[in-house]
Amino acid sequence: MTPDLLYSETEQDLRAAVRSLLAAHGAPASVLAGAESGRPYDTGLWQSLAVGMGTAGLLVPEKSGGQGATAREAAVVLEELGRTVADVPYLTSAVLAVRTLLGCDTGRTEVAAPLTALAEGRQVGALAVPLPTAPGAGVRPTVSAEPTGPDRALLTGTVNAVAGAAGADVLLVPTDTGLHSVDPTAEGVTLTPLTPLDLTRPIARITLSAAPAALLAGPDRARTALDAALLTGAGLLASEQLGVAEWCLTETVRYAGERQQFGRPIGSFQALKHRLAALWLDIASARATARNAADALATDAPDAAIAVAVAQSCCSEVAVRAAEECVQLHGGIGMTWEHPAHLYLKRARTDATALGTPDRHRQALARLADVPGPVA
Amino acid sequence: MNAPVAATPGAGELRDRVAALLAAHDPASTDRLGFLRARFDAGLAWIHFPEGLGGLGAPRSLQPVVDAALDAAGAPGNDPRRIGIGLGMAAPTILQYGTDEQKQRFLRPLWTGEEVWCQLFSEPGAGSDLAGLATRAVRDGDSWTVDGQKVWTSSAHLARWAILIARTDPDVPKHQGITYFVCDMTDPGVEVRPLRQITGEAEFNEVFLTGVRIPDTHRLGAIGDGWRVAQTTLMNERMAIGGTRVPREGGMVGVVARTWRERPELRTHDLHQRLLRLWVDAEAARLTGERLRQQLRRGRPGPEGSGMKLAFARLNQELSALEVELLAEDGLTYGDWTMVRPELVDFTGRDAGYRYLRAKGNSIEGGTSEVLLNIVAERVLGLPPEPRNDKDLPWKDLPR
Repeated sequence: MTPDLLYSETEQDLRAAVRSLLAAHGAPASVLAGAESGRPYDTGLWQSLAVGMGTAGLLVPEKSGGQGATAREAAVVLEELGRTVADVPYLTSAVLAVRTLLGCDTGRTEVAAPLTALAEGRQVGALAVPLPTAPGAGVRPTVSAEPTGPDRALLTGTVNAVAGAAGADVLLVPTDTGLHSVDPTAEGVTLTPLTPLDLTRPIARITLSAAPAALLAGPDRARTALDAALLTGAGLLASEQLGVAEWCLTETVRYAGERQQFGRPIGSFQALKHRLAALWLDIASARATARNAADALATDAPDAAIAVAVAQSCCSEVAVRAAEECVQLHGGIGMTWEHPAHLYLKRARTDATALGTPDRHRQALARLADVPGPVA
Repeated sequence: MNAPVAATPGAGELRDRVAALLAAHDPASTDRLGFLRARFDAGLAWIHFPEGLGGLGAPRSLQPVVDAALDAAGAPGNDPRRIGIGLGMAAPTILQYGTDEQKQRFLRPLWTGEEVWCQLFSEPGAGSDLAGLATRAVRDGDSWTVDGQKVWTSSAHLARWAILIARTDPDVPKHQGITYFVCDMTDPGVEVRPLRQITGEAEFNEVFLTGVRIPDTHRLGAIGDGWRVAQTTLMNERMAIGGTRVPREGGMVGVVARTWRERPELRTHDLHQRLLRLWVDAEAARLTGERLRQQLRRGRPGPEGSGMKLAFARLNQELSALEVELLAEDGLTYGDWTMVRPELVDFTGRDAGYRYLRAKGNSIEGGTSEVLLNIVAERVLGLPPEPRNDKDLPWKDLPR
């Protein structure tokens, strides 16, 4: 089946609503001050976006308290969040945590209760895997579970570089016996915030020592739930990266048309305009791959893994280059703390590592697309 | 999103018309040309063209309905690859700027392939700066006399007609003094010589025009308006080069991937990394093209079209270079240097060495990649143009 690579009218309406909310909130200008304050995320914005607009439940069926939409709509939200580098836990809670819970038995209260709370935006969740974890490779749990009763256990272990853990109300922790949920305020849970390269997406180390936990899924179910969540996360991250890249190009084109040096706008020099044109072309490609991945996830397409790997390989590199070009072509001002370009550079750089580097996604394609490496 | 094609009533009516055509002209017992003429007269040639000119004024997006129904019935086609310049460039220009007489005279034999067309635009002294062209057309009563030299003309040796731009007023700035004509390639003043290229083949020609007579009734558009008319032609050329639908691993990437799979002993780690990157880039370009076509189908063409050719050229060059490198000893040989004049050009045909060399032309023909980047930067991104000294001077005063 041919994927639908365009935006539907409903999707464009959703974009317009999210965009005007973000604009009213002052993003991206407001992002830096907030991120510097040390808050885990922008709670006011999250309240409006997740609860007010109901976007936290886009991936969740209505019977579980969600909107019953698809990855296509969530992708549009992420494009706009990328465009403003907004510090809200959309990717980590509304995509990764939600999609993990959806892969478990939603008939059980241990799963259904947090799922509904996340879908309605009442709570924020985080999947306790290192942010660079790629889909398809399997998650190696670093936490062991000691059963204390039916579906109850005490967890011990450490997970490093977890995005969205600080400020989360529920942690979803892969363990040696499956997948468990942990209340981060419980005894035995220590969250150590790390100083993040990307100020707008905090990361933390989670240390568990006999922390009380509820079983969400046994090992087999946990494996498929995690794979699906990481695949969805990686595929939708591409849309966030697209938003990052689009802002960088738009701002740089605007600046190049205004900034005068040598008696003319710097954007009239071919050395610069060719770079910007090449970037525009790459962003057009990135958009096609991101839409393709979102559509493949939304329709559960058989080649979704290929679509996601292509989108990640493409969008990660395009977003980084767009942000790097943005800094370079802005000259001195691009190097200042005051100008928002650095927020985009840091987000783009971190996003490229998140959920699998481009290299790892290409290695996945070697297998998925039958382009094998040298014979040993 | 393909559903609307089958659902609209227009599609049903088109199928009825195809059925009527097939009933009146059974492909099994009608000669090829007879069938193609009947198809044209039934308005089923290019349905978005007006009635009476091979179309029905129907949405272009419904053309696949007609093509599929005719294919299924075993009807002959018009071999569009052989007459690509006529279909892709001459026809839209004639449709937009031609007189009723010109449309009636030229479009039917153009579409059926009875008359092949070529394009007399580029000159040895006017490549990227096409508007600087020096071929002169001088008015002489009801006709024009044309002298000059054109180059990179595919199909010139097969063509009955050419679309031609020539300078009719050297005293005004270069863009203003050009006029667009239809040139009779059988005129005794037209001399066609093969132009051998780095592949050893001669796909193209040089065309020498000496005292060629063109009646004024073969002028397309107003005198001095040829540059604007030519834009229609060139827009369609770029679409034609980068805009065709391909399956995953279609085109050059499929050729190289096949070699890669068949020759495991040649693989190296570095080539593997490069191939994977190019595989992703090819897939991204394919999806970009598909997205562009979906935009066109919804009647909202995106500016991505200007970029497709750039991506296509880069991919063809890097992939074909990778294959030559991969092939090691086999990459040292070349199929055949004999000068031939291929009627059809296949960028992915012949051997790896040929593909490598032919791909070099992809970033030059139909607008160099450098000029296309300028176009994207200025027309899509709205960046200011370079300061220029050639726009306001009379053409005759420009350095050459």
